[in-house]
Amino acid sequence: MNTTKEKFIAEPERYEFSALPIHQFELQRRDFFKILGAGIAVFLVAKDALAAQETAPGSRSFHNEEPPKEITSWLHVGEDGTVTGFTGKAEMGQNIRTSISQTLADELRVPFEDVRLVMADTSLTPFDAGTFGSRTTPTMTPQFRRVAEAARNLLVGVAAKEWGVAPEGLIAADAKVTDPVSKRSLTYAELARGKTLAQNLPAEDPITPATEWKIAGKPLPKVDGRAFVTGSHNYTSDIRLKGMLYGKVLRPPSFGATLVSCDDSAAKAMSGVVVVRDGDFVGVAAPSAHEAQKALDAIRTQWKEVPQVSSKEIFSYVKNNAEPTSNERFRRQKGSVEEGLASAAERLDAIYNVAYIAHAPLEPRAAVAQFAEGKLTVWTGTQRPFANRDELASVFHMPESNVRVITPDTGAAYGGKHTSDAAVEAARLARAAGKPVKVVWTREEEFTWAYFRPAGVIEVNSGITEDGKLTAWEFHNYHSGSSGIETPYDVANQLTQYHQVPLVLRSGSYRGLAATANHFARETHMDALARLAKLDPLEFRLKNASDARLRAVLEAVTKSFAWPRKKTQVGQGFGLACGSEKGSYVAACAEVAVDRASGGVRVVHVVEAFECGAIVNPDGLRNQVVGAIIQGLGGALFEAMEFENGRIKNPHFATYRVPRFRDVPEIEAILLDRKDIPSAGAGETPIMAIAPAVGNALFDATGVRLNNLPLVPNGLRAV
Amino acid sequence: MAKVMEIEVNGRRCAVSYPPDTPLLYVLRDELGLTGTKYGCGEGQCGACTVLLGGAPRRSCQIPVSAAARKPITTIEGLEKEGKLHPVQQAFLDAGAFQCAYCTSGMVMSIVGLLQTNPNPKLEDIVQFLQGNVCRCGTHPRIIAAVQHAAKMIEEGAR
Ligand code: FES
Ligand code: FES
Repeated sequence: MNTTKEKFIAEPERYEFSALPIHQFELQRRDFFKILGAGIAVFLVAKDALAAQETAPGSRSFHNEEPPKEITSWLHVGEDGTVTGFTGKAEMGQNIRTSISQTLADELRVPFEDVRLVMADTSLTPFDAGTFGSRTTPTMTPQFRRVAEAARNLLVGVAAKEWGVAPEGLIAADAKVTDPVSKRSLTYAELARGKTLAQNLPAEDPITPATEWKIAGKPLPKVDGRAFVTGSHNYTSDIRLKGMLYGKVLRPPSFGATLVSCDDSAAKAMSGVVVVRDGDFVGVAAPSAHEAQKALDAIRTQWKEVPQVSSKEIFSYVKNNAEPTSNERFRRQKGSVEEGLASAAERLDAIYNVAYIAHAPLEPRAAVAQFAEGKLTVWTGTQRPFANRDELASVFHMPESNVRVITPDTGAAYGGKHTSDAAVEAARLARAAGKPVKVVWTREEEFTWAYFRPAGVIEVNSGITEDGKLTAWEFHNYHSGSSGIETPYDVANQLTQYHQVPLVLRSGSYRGLAATANHFARETHMDALARLAKLDPLEFRLKNASDARLRAVLEAVTKSFAWPRKKTQVGQGFGLACGSEKGSYVAACAEVAVDRASGGVRVVHVVEAFECGAIVNPDGLRNQVVGAIIQGLGGALFEAMEFENGRIKNPHFATYRVPRFRDVPEIEAILLDRKDIPSAGAGETPIMAIAPAVGNALFDATGVRLNNLPLVPNGLRAV
Repeated sequence: MAKVMEIEVNGRRCAVSYPPDTPLLYVLRDELGLTGTKYGCGEGQCGACTVLLGGAPRRSCQIPVSAAARKPITTIEGLEKEGKLHPVQQAFLDAGAFQCAYCTSGMVMSIVGLLQTNPNPKLEDIVQFLQGNVCRCGTHPRIIAAVQHAAKMIEEGAR
């Protein structure tokens, strides 16, 4: 048991590095119908998975009728006509419960209200690596379309058989199959009655093009909105089981500290309190949260602390501790940067720094764990329920088939809930107590013992011709990561490289990952180069960009913003930035107002254009885009973890400033719907252009070039 | 030491046995099962735990249960009347004013309180009033739209 001191190697973007876990599929087909009742079921099997299965059945064998292991989504049409989709993805506010339901309803030709979705339950849903990387929409949209189409064809087939006609002429619509010749029709419910029909299908059937979508593509409201406005939705932290205890975990005084001695006698003497000591893990469980806290406070401990890097020295530390030989995997080269720099009319080199920041989801990490009849069930708000299951199985030496992880729709994550800390803690306490235990992290724990978006140092060397064409682009990212590291601009001579650095603070995924840092550096640098070339920032970008989708978002955003704008007030400034990542494109314009006397900085207006292929739900998408803009403003302007001696100095909302109502500018989101391009995810990319757009606007307003994130944690006073 | 107290929640009187300094939030959630009221920080900094105490919006994580014993408490669960949502709840649905929705209960309760004292708030009033409520998902513009929409619905309902 060693949860709090887990050592991570330098993998700020963990999931990109992790190998695929062994696929596993618990539910047998017979059980499936037992649980859901009779009806029609379709399983989607990836093509290569089928092939793999034929050659390597693997050690986990199933009885006959076993479903293939690499099922990625499935669907059931019940005897009452209810359509149930199953996916291992989790809903955390990105609105995928709604958008996937739309896709299902659309392709199956049933009313939206008839569809429900079972998500993120390791015993009921197909294996899924996790909900991250803006992968849900691009993978789930085509998959569920194929599954739904196959189910529709099965239903049509049943009707055809019933009527003794050819299936080709029959029409499926409105949850019915109709024969246009005889005018007969049967509802899906009637067709599914008494059946246990199942079908596997390869993942390559044709799908309905976006231009023919009827329910998808519409701004439908959140499916279960009412449960949220009435407070009846149960988040993990709301779950209460019979006899459940409340758990708390003792945290070390500083990062890296090890337990020297521990006197838990006073806590143990309290009635109803269970104390667990297991290696460095010390935790308590009690009938109420306040009794648990009292017990925890009564434990006397001594710790051995070790020196730790502080936030004051972090950037020089990062720069000086890069791995000497950089992994070739993180190096991309084209042409010769030396030659490009030598031929440049103007050169510009700069260094950019990006601070550690916190996800701070409003629902902290939480888990409820229950051991019963040799099985462990854990409810937890996580982006990776299957990885949580695997970790629980390994920590408690149980077969994976005896561990079930269920993720209720969660109070957000933003990349911050990949790990299984709370799940393991709750389970450890539950095992000792012999009763269910709930662990909910405090805000301070969340700010301290979760993980952070890694800090980074970025060096850029560049050159341009007389008339403003890029001749050379050299870009080194130290520590923060490689997402979005490649320039979307046309430059013959370029070198980009990500340098790994041993972790200082526990670091991990974050909405947009390092793409925010890399875009900040690149787009700030592009702005400075435009000034050097004496070109308008838009003109300079267009001159160096041939990517049509990038140009399209730039043109859309600047048109709406009326770029280039004339300043009408002192302290006013306008900035522009753009970029592309994960198959989607973004461009933003920002207007700022700076009061140099007081140092006050206000972002007044943001316009952002975003394009992610065919839009599945414009209302949900707009919510995500605006949300990303606002969250991005925090990291752009003032968010930063401060730490010293292995302690976080600002682990509260009072000291770690997040965007609040007063920080929110007037926002316009322009959504470009490209029905000819497959839908990409939208959770991340819209956050990337905000920081550089604001930084460039601040330069426009003041002539001060700010190369660090956050830009103005203490305002921007004239010196 | 635990003390038996009576509190009135959503029109119901309940006897609870807690140390008097226990924050009301825990009594509501853990004892009475009213989990619509959320824990976001326990420090009075996020507004997720907002309830109405004697009609005024208060952070339940900062109110000792003993101090709540004298005034009626309304939580998010108490807003719906005979299957009809409160106009602020309805406005949140209409405006789609949530993403993860973890902040929603606290926002709704705060806004119900705001509209009781200021039925026609200006934008600046709304921003000022909700400054203590965190929405980490960045749903602020829609929440503001929901306040304005709710104000209109209440006004029209009153006429
Ligand atoms: S939980 Fe009470 S203000 Fe945050
Ligand atoms: S909707 Fe997630 S915190 Fe507000």
